[in-house]
Amino acid sequence: MYEVRFHGRGGQGAVTAASILAIAAFKDGYDVQSFPHFGVERRGAPVMAFTRLDDKKIEIKTQVYSPDCVIVLDTNLLATVDVCKGIKKGGTIILNSVKDPADFADMAKRIGGGRIATVDATSIALRHGLGSKTAPIVNTAILGAYAKVVGNVSLESIVDTVRAEAPAKKEENAKAVEDAYNEVKEEVFG
Amino acid sequence: MPENFEELELFAPGHRGCAGCGASQIVRWILKIAGPNTICVSATGCLEVFSTPYPETAWRVPWVHAAFENAAAVASGVEAAMKKMGKDVNIIAFAGDGGTFDIGFQALSGMVERGHNVLFVNYDNEAYMNTGIQRCSSTPYGAWTTTSPPGKLTIGKEQRKKPIAAIIAAHGAPYVATATIAFLEDLKRKVKKALSIKGPKFLHILQPCTTGWRFDPSLTVTISKLAVETGVFVLWEVEDGDFDNKFRITYKPKKRKPVIEYLKLQGRFRHIINKPEIIEAIQREVDEKCAKYGF
Amino acid sequence: MAKIVLKGNGAVALAIKMARVDVVAAYPITPSTFIPEKISEYVANGEMDAEFIPVESEHSAMSACIGASAAGLRAATATSSQGLELMHEMLFIASGMRLPIVMGVANRALSAPINIWCDHQDTISARDTGWIQFYAENNQEAFDLMLIAFRVAEDERVLLPAMVGLDAFILTHTFEPVDVPEQREVDDFLPPYRPKHAYLDPERPITQGSFVYPEYYMEFKYGQWIAMESARDVIDEVFADFASRFGRKYEKVSTFMCDDAEIVLITMGSLSGTVRHVVRELRNEGIKVGVAKITVFRPFPHKEIIRAVKNAKVVGVLEKNVSFGFGGAVYGEVLATVHGEGLDTKVLDFIVGLGGRDVRVEDVKEVVKICSDALQGKAVDKINWINVDKEAVKNA
Ligand SMILES: Cc1ncc(C[n+]2csc(CCOP(=O)(O)OP(=O)(O)O)c2C)c(N)n1
Ligand SMILES: [Mg+2]
Repeated sequence: MYEVRFHGRGGQGAVTAASILAIAAFKDGYDVQSFPHFGVERRGAPVMAFTRLDDKKIEIKTQVYSPDCVIVLDTNLLATVDVCKGIKKGGTIILNSVKDPADFADMAKRIGGGRIATVDATSIALRHGLGSKTAPIVNTAILGAYAKVVGNVSLESIVDTVRAEAPAKKEENAKAVEDAYNEVKEEVFG
Repeated sequence: MPENFEELELFAPGHRGCAGCGASQIVRWILKIAGPNTICVSATGCLEVFSTPYPETAWRVPWVHAAFENAAAVASGVEAAMKKMGKDVNIIAFAGDGGTFDIGFQALSGMVERGHNVLFVNYDNEAYMNTGIQRCSSTPYGAWTTTSPPGKLTIGKEQRKKPIAAIIAAHGAPYVATATIAFLEDLKRKVKKALSIKGPKFLHILQPCTTGWRFDPSLTVTISKLAVETGVFVLWEVEDGDFDNKFRITYKPKKRKPVIEYLKLQGRFRHIINKPEIIEAIQREVDEKCAKYGF
Repeated sequence: MAKIVLKGNGAVALAIKMARVDVVAAYPITPSTFIPEKISEYVANGEMDAEFIPVESEHSAMSACIGASAAGLRAATATSSQGLELMHEMLFIASGMRLPIVMGVANRALSAPINIWCDHQDTISARDTGWIQFYAENNQEAFDLMLIAFRVAEDERVLLPAMVGLDAFILTHTFEPVDVPEQREVDDFLPPYRPKHAYLDPERPITQGSFVYPEYYMEFKYGQWIAMESARDVIDEVFADFASRFGRKYEKVSTFMCDDAEIVLITMGSLSGTVRHVVRELRNEGIKVGVAKITVFRPFPHKEIIRAVKNAKVVGVLEKNVSFGFGGAVYGEVLATVHGEGLDTKVLDFIVGLGGRDVRVEDVKEVVKICSDALQGKAVDKINWINVDKEAVKNA
């Protein structure tokens, strides 16, 4: 079983991203589950969402405590939210950031070694007219980075799902996924 | 009104309300005027949820919440208890529009008919916001909500808003008034007047909701003001339900603005903005209402 | 058939649409709100030929369903927690009038203190209302059980309302793959509702809901009793028919590794998967433990419970409800069933997951640990509250 945790702010689409990843993984033949953190959602407040995928039927219905991968839509959250919490040793952290993975090497150390990936999903989103400067829509682009870095869900399925699920600008969203796939940087820290 | 009115903050900041939410401002001002000798009752709804996340609370006066449908009945019980103990305390109930127009209506009507000495404040954001924007009998004609979605067969909400303040006044309540936070002096005066009168009082306060009405948080006051300047929401007060002799319009716009100016700032009306026949119907209805009020 | 990824609420809304319900009257409440939202969207777009009544309270939601059903149409609603409680009076009236209304209930804790998360207190508190009760473990079950509920409820041998519980958030807000049949297949499984006993028709005036004196009242109640007893066989028939058409087999109580189990854990709802997950792990460690999941709680499956636990020495009931001054409601019923049969099996109660407290793998292991202690003859409590900060309560 592979578990993913998304961190974002209310309104940034973390919950949608988690469900798109689940639907794409389902297309690739996995059994899947995706759910929001069961809280009261408010615009701008930190939110979490989760995706589980497995070759076998997923029976467990607990919350996710030790994800294999964490995706951070907004690095401003790092100041207030412990995004590293519970990540498995050797896990993956994907951040929406202009910086290099090396700039977040300490996060990999905190989980006992792991992979850090960064992608400037904000610029990619704006390049394709997704959202505004103050509220860019980065939740689709970041999944392109996931496809490349984690590799257990195909780019093709993510692109297809994004195209099908996006309420508007379907092609732009699909392009953003592809750009993030090509532009993501990653590095493993021991 | 307490002497230290300016500094007195009985509704603490730092609660979990959305940026630009008018409900907390409404409570804040009312409590400033009512002062500490006050007991509050809330119905379930946004205000109750965002102001009391255990173990925190924003309320610096005694406060009790029981359920969604019964703020007026709970307040009736609190009032009876104070009466029995011989205590003279302001009792103020706060409820959203769902807790007033819809599920709370029966309890409210009963409280007013029995004549309890309670100020019932309805902060009206014209939908069930706490559960994510569903239609209410307070939702205006044409508005999008998640249970009045514009679709192939519908335009949005098909029915008109219930005239709640007039209905409560028709019970013969000693004091009923409408208000918004854009006309703060008017609101303050009405709260003071309400609290000086014995018996059931009802304030209907329009509260634009940035999330549910879909507008930028900086526009809360602008939209409150436009509601009045267009005549969509009329500021008035009436005593003893006597519309012939004790009714007063408390603010009359010099020249009424067209309703489109109010509607176009709100995403909930986006789907009708380019439908002139619907806009005209809304304008016509506002015109007729204002004509009745003499402006 | 097509598998699509749906959240539990989406599965319930889709089932109501595919059941071709004529009248839906519903009121928003977290976490079932999405169901009336989705149905109003279906109706607004002409995708569903139904009347949607956006009532002003749950009391009116159930009342409007009663009116529509008494008029002879298929009626449905959805609610949760406080909403179900506000309907409580009308629940008895729906069943007493023998109206086959179907309702999806997002299982959520009751106030006070107010809390929007999962437990089963709401539907458990409605167990004596005369409604058939199903509990779903996952979204597929929520979808299927809704369709099954209509068939069972409308069967002439039954004619009782039915509710399907799905766990707040854990199912209502969780996306999972759901196998959705073709409309034609649903139509074949669930033909239109044609009541002979209750409909308001000026051509054939009948009186429904009349005033009944002591001479007749008990006969009405006995009729309901018989109907609920008949529902046992009808449910099995409908389960079998469903399996033959759609390939998914339901049982009132489904067992997992119970045959040789010394300890059997009894569960309901979404918790069941987690418990099976843990049981698999513990089996590898040589602990002889099994799981019996209750899908139908009313009528209570006595026979099936006995079959599941007959070889066990200890039965542990995990449940998300409590009857203060007694223990869990499921525990009480299992205890009566087991000891009524003359078995001397030890039955222990485990109150878990109230108000959304997550039931974790380690919590289930703790339950098994206590059951193992009992198995070895150690003294253990009958009623156990799991993962509670007891000190905090003492100090308060
Ligand atoms: C009996 C009952 N039904 C439904 C609910 C769910 N519920 C809680 S608040 C709310 C809507 C509140 O709307 P409103 O009164 O307008 O207040 P707002 O949240 O908009 O401020 C609903 C439907 C409930 N708590 N109790
Ligand atoms: Mg409201």
